[in-house]
Amino acid sequence: MSAEQFEHPDVVLCPDGPMLLRGVDSVQDADGTVHAVDRPVVAVCRCLKSSRLPWCDGTHKVIPRGHS
Amino acid sequence: MRPLSIGDAVSSTDEVDDTGYVCPMILPKPRGNLSEWVFHRLRSVTDEPRPWSGAPIPGATEDEDAAIALWALHELSYGGFEDVSEHAEQDLAAQATRTHLERELEQRLRSRWVGRPVEPVEVPAAIDELVAGDDGPSLAAFVHRRADRDQVLELLRQRSVYHLKEADPTTWVVPRLPTRAKAALMELQFDEYGDGDPNRLHSHLFACGLEAVGLRAEYGAYIDDALPEVLEMNNALSMFGLRRRLRGAAVGHLAAFEATSSLPSRRMVQGLERLDFVEPMVRYYSEHVEADAVHEQLAARDICGTLAADEPAQAQEVLFGAFTCLDLEARFARAMFTAWGVEP
Ligand code: FES
Ligand SMILES: [Fe+2]
Ligand SMILES: [Fe+2]
Repeated sequence: MSAEQFEHPDVVLCPDGPMLLRGVDSVQDADGTVHAVDRPVVAVCRCLKSSRLPWCDGTHKVIPRGHS
Repeated sequence: MRPLSIGDAVSSTDEVDDTGYVCPMILPKPRGNLSEWVFHRLRSVTDEPRPWSGAPIPGATEDEDAAIALWALHELSYGGFEDVSEHAEQDLAAQATRTHLERELEQRLRSRWVGRPVEPVEVPAAIDELVAGDDGPSLAAFVHRRADRDQVLELLRQRSVYHLKEADPTTWVVPRLPTRAKAALMELQFDEYGDGDPNRLHSHLFACGLEAVGLRAEYGAYIDDALPEVLEMNNALSMFGLRRRLRGAAVGHLAAFEATSSLPSRRMVQGLERLDFVEPMVRYYSEHVEADAVHEQLAARDICGTLAADEPAQAQEVLFGAFTCLDLEARFARAMFTAWGVEP
């Protein structure tokens, strides 16, 4: 493998899925509540159907897909 | 069908030394001629290397005879056994038998899989497709709405064979991956191992849960009760992890596992709460709702996708591993439903 530089973004929008955030300490949800983050990468729900907002819980996979 | 019950014979000791280290288990009960022969050989190993004539390895009495033998042979590379010398891992007969049994297992797993050509860039989407098309019966759905407490306890005992060393089989793969996949796997595994906090290590969370519900938390405590399907599932995972040639299958397995974890874990949480299970057991599953929503993204794209891009020959292998994960889980679920005598 060559010694190239790789993309390693801090914010990743997953197709039809959550937004991954790398290296954050806290996330404020839509109600203004601040949630501490204790893992290196978190998945923030973008479909708003998660049972554990603001986090993704995989529910996006069982809702009908809109346009992507 | 083997009766599902808590065995009174256990394969571990309760001794904990003052560092909290749990003494390793003892060899499980043999399940036929082959495992009898293997365990006898393992017990007789000393630090003096012993020649092996290459004498024919006895045939297995049943599938589970071969499965328990291979499980024990793999275990020599994890925590080992109290009644077996640490030198047994390098014993010539042990190595030859392990290779022989792995070959049989791999052939069986491959014979169940119908592959199709896949372009490396399509690998993440192909994993999603396999997962979306998975129609195996769901144990989590059963726990969510219908299972009784004893059925859940039985499920936890069966699952303990895997969850008490969760993540370990996949860690063997790290040095065998190219740069991007390696970094991504470590990012995922770091979370499996508690982000540096031993209290949050996933297998430890499961152990805490087992103890809190009155089950035994030492690794291997329920191995004598393990269904053949549980052994096959664990053996496949160890074989994928331990053999460099199968690195693609190992990470494909991981991707399918992670992609079928968040939603079922949520149903487990709801089922355990319905049955008033205590918090430490619930916590293991609620942790997985959140963690695996992240892990599935990392596994499919950053691990499997980049591995396939860097080593195109691995694209098919990734899908073989993903299929095998789903297939073995479906077989295990069917075996549990059959044993309980209930419709999925
Ligand atoms: S994006 Fe995953 S549940 Fe909403
Ligand atoms: Fe985990
Ligand atoms: Fe995970």
